[in-house]
Amino acid sequence: MRQARTVISTYSADTFGVCSALYELGGMVVMHDASGCNSTYTTHDEPRWYNSDSLVFISGLTEMDAIMGNDDKLKDDVISAVEELKPKFVAIAGTPIPMMNGCDLEAVAMEIEAEAGLPCFGFQTNGMQSYLVGASEALCEFARRLTDKDAKKRQRAVNVLGATPLDFSINGSVESIKKLLKDSGWEIIGTWAMGSSLDDLARAGEAAVNLVISSVGLKTAIYLNQTFGTPYVVGTPNDKCFSEMVLRDLELAENDGKSRISFSNLEASAETRIYIVGEGVTSRSLAAAIGIKSGIVPKVVHTLEGLPELSGVLSKMDNQAMEEEEIQKAASDAQIVIADPLYRPILPGNCRFIALPHEAFSGRMFRKDIPDFTKIDVEKMLGQYEI
Amino acid sequence: MKRVGENHNIPAVAIREAAFPSPFISGLEYSAPARGGWTIVHVGMLVPEAHEIFVCAAGCLRGVVLSAAEMNLTDRFSTVSIEEHNVLEGDMEELLIEGVTDILNRLPKIPKAVLVFSSCIHHFMGCDLELCYKTLGERFTDVDFVDCYMIPTMRKSGLTPDQIMRRQMYALLKPRGKSEKHCAIIGNCFSMDESSDIVRLIEGAGWTLHQITECRTYEEYQTMSQCSLCITTQSVAKVGGEALAERLGMKHLYLPSGFDADEIRTNLSVLAENLGTAYNTNAVPEKEAEEAMADAKKVIGNTPIAIDYTVTPRPLGLARLLISNGFNVTDLFVDSFSGEEKDDYLWLQENAGDLKVLPTVDASMRRYPRERQEKVLALGQKAAYFTESPYFVNLVEGGGLYGFDGICRLAKMMKEAFAEPKDTERLIQMKGLGCESCI
Repeated sequence: MRQARTVISTYSADTFGVCSALYELGGMVVMHDASGCNSTYTTHDEPRWYNSDSLVFISGLTEMDAIMGNDDKLKDDVISAVEELKPKFVAIAGTPIPMMNGCDLEAVAMEIEAEAGLPCFGFQTNGMQSYLVGASEALCEFARRLTDKDAKKRQRAVNVLGATPLDFSINGSVESIKKLLKDSGWEIIGTWAMGSSLDDLARAGEAAVNLVISSVGLKTAIYLNQTFGTPYVVGTPNDKCFSEMVLRDLELAENDGKSRISFSNLEASAETRIYIVGEGVTSRSLAAAIGIKSGIVPKVVHTLEGLPELSGVLSKMDNQAMEEEEIQKAASDAQIVIADPLYRPILPGNCRFIALPHEAFSGRMFRKDIPDFTKIDVEKMLGQYEI
Repeated sequence: MKRVGENHNIPAVAIREAAFPSPFISGLEYSAPARGGWTIVHVGMLVPEAHEIFVCAAGCLRGVVLSAAEMNLTDRFSTVSIEEHNVLEGDMEELLIEGVTDILNRLPKIPKAVLVFSSCIHHFMGCDLELCYKTLGERFTDVDFVDCYMIPTMRKSGLTPDQIMRRQMYALLKPRGKSEKHCAIIGNCFSMDESSDIVRLIEGAGWTLHQITECRTYEEYQTMSQCSLCITTQSVAKVGGEALAERLGMKHLYLPSGFDADEIRTNLSVLAENLGTAYNTNAVPEKEAEEAMADAKKVIGNTPIAIDYTVTPRPLGLARLLISNGFNVTDLFVDSFSGEEKDDYLWLQENAGDLKVLPTVDASMRRYPRERQEKVLALGQKAAYFTESPYFVNLVEGGGLYGFDGICRLAKMMKEAFAEPKDTERLIQMKGLGCESCI
């Protein structure tokens, strides 16, 4: 049955995606919920929590406030915290009960913005979708509201879109991607949103091209394309062979102004029995690298929402499957599977399994085993297997 | 409430000025990264061979599914996710019934017992849970189902989710004949220490003690029903003890685990009377407890001590014990006071009025200046975090400490903690202290 999972994990939720995307920007994110969400996010989904002081809180919603629609408590508590902690902005993210009650978080945010005098965002997340939805929307909303619309384009300037620890952990992957770009002569305007400030993000329009490194960045890339005319390239630098392809596409995009998906010409064949299970952009990028090196492109099972902006990311032999039985079915003939270790129990018992932990799925459990993407060597990864 | 602390708006208050039972104004809440307390997942797993199924939104599932995974218990844990269309269509009963049915049909082996957790949404929508459990019982006649609850929104309306969980973990016990001289201590996450006053008294009187923490099979768990006496030692378990006693015809004794000598003596006397034996004051280490405290004081001296509410259900009582024995208790990290601790609160106001009370969830604590210039001995994980101290007693819920022996053991733990630094960052982030963990 859809929605029933006997043994596998569940992805980080949209509410946490908002928190993760905005974590480093100097604001205050409030999850409008009773309790539990806060410790879940900060325990499992936020590796930066212990050693930083970013402001992420929970509203402490009670039954009575929910029933009575007492949004004033939320508003008053947020304003009180703003006065004390002086964040640069406020974001409020919804959870199941506010959604069920029809709490208008955008209206609450507008009231807070008027009263507290700082940008305030209301996100109608409901805790029922994945982090992809929340993080995408959070970054895109920042692009809509806070970017300098008069920005002048600069040659060989790039934004990196879709960087959160949920997809890249904090093991140096994002820094390595930035280094790769810098070493190739690119100036990085902003990384959305790890290691950049709110001011950096505001300058997004200066970029000549945007690099989308995960599905989280796609919505923002499309917005920036529509607003500033900036082309984008979709692809997560990994093995050198694919990274070079991404770098080449960035140059082409800057020159002709056309957006590109770096792995679009590398598609799996129907006979392939190698699978990558996980987030679409990083998985397709890895599949491309394997295809370049081995001549066989694995099939990808994208295990998150099939958002409209993902159009073109998955090839015709790939699948989008979010439910346990669907994922199981999609990879039922697998000989080799690359996936997060928590998928192992539902994959064919006799398939060869290559663990590629994904923080958004298994949280902190295998954090030390999450690779720096740019240091992936697909020959080594697959070396022990005949494909 | 007043704010103290240089250059920081930290809502600390001296205990002489702290309101009872709520010294702080509620507002946005912060979650300090001290995770040793047990969640409802950890508590539920104490029922041997039982399978947990949570029916909630993905965001709520995230924390519980990873709790189970970190315990390496994914094979005893499943989920049914509630989606927006379920809320709009109002098919909550169908989702729960068919979801649980599907999971049980797909598991490699049907479990003997299933804990089905409903969530806030079910209760707001008026889901007919009785119908759900009845239907499941009819479909799976060999499975014992129990209703469990992950309802944080209702945490301030009646019983807390923790109280309910510690009641429901015994709801699967089936009536059976009583056996002579069998009793149970219920509602604790940790077994009582073998050397504790309470265990020695029970076993010394020739009684057999049952504790869920010691049960390895479902059948062994069921043998708890033969007890004629059940004992609770924590306020959070009291409701469960009363419910169990009423349902299975037991006598319930609430003998709280505290630090006051008079209370300990009274509790042990009451227990002895119910065990049909005499309370022998020479059989309990009261004098040894005094000596242990004095000995610890010699070692720890005037070092500042911080205590938090996670280390014991009686943090004020603990502060009182230590201050009475000359220790320099400086910080108390508690968000509210338990009604049971009113006497200790009044005593501290009278005798240690400057003792600083600090919240743990107040939003401003996110930027609390944790580093200290001097060595601090912390009792509890949150105290260790907020004082950034590697010298801490890593204990939650009082562990298996009880009575005068518990005081002896606590004094020993304090001395050890004072002498040997720990990796605070690593240790306190592990969930469910004492459980298996892959972290």
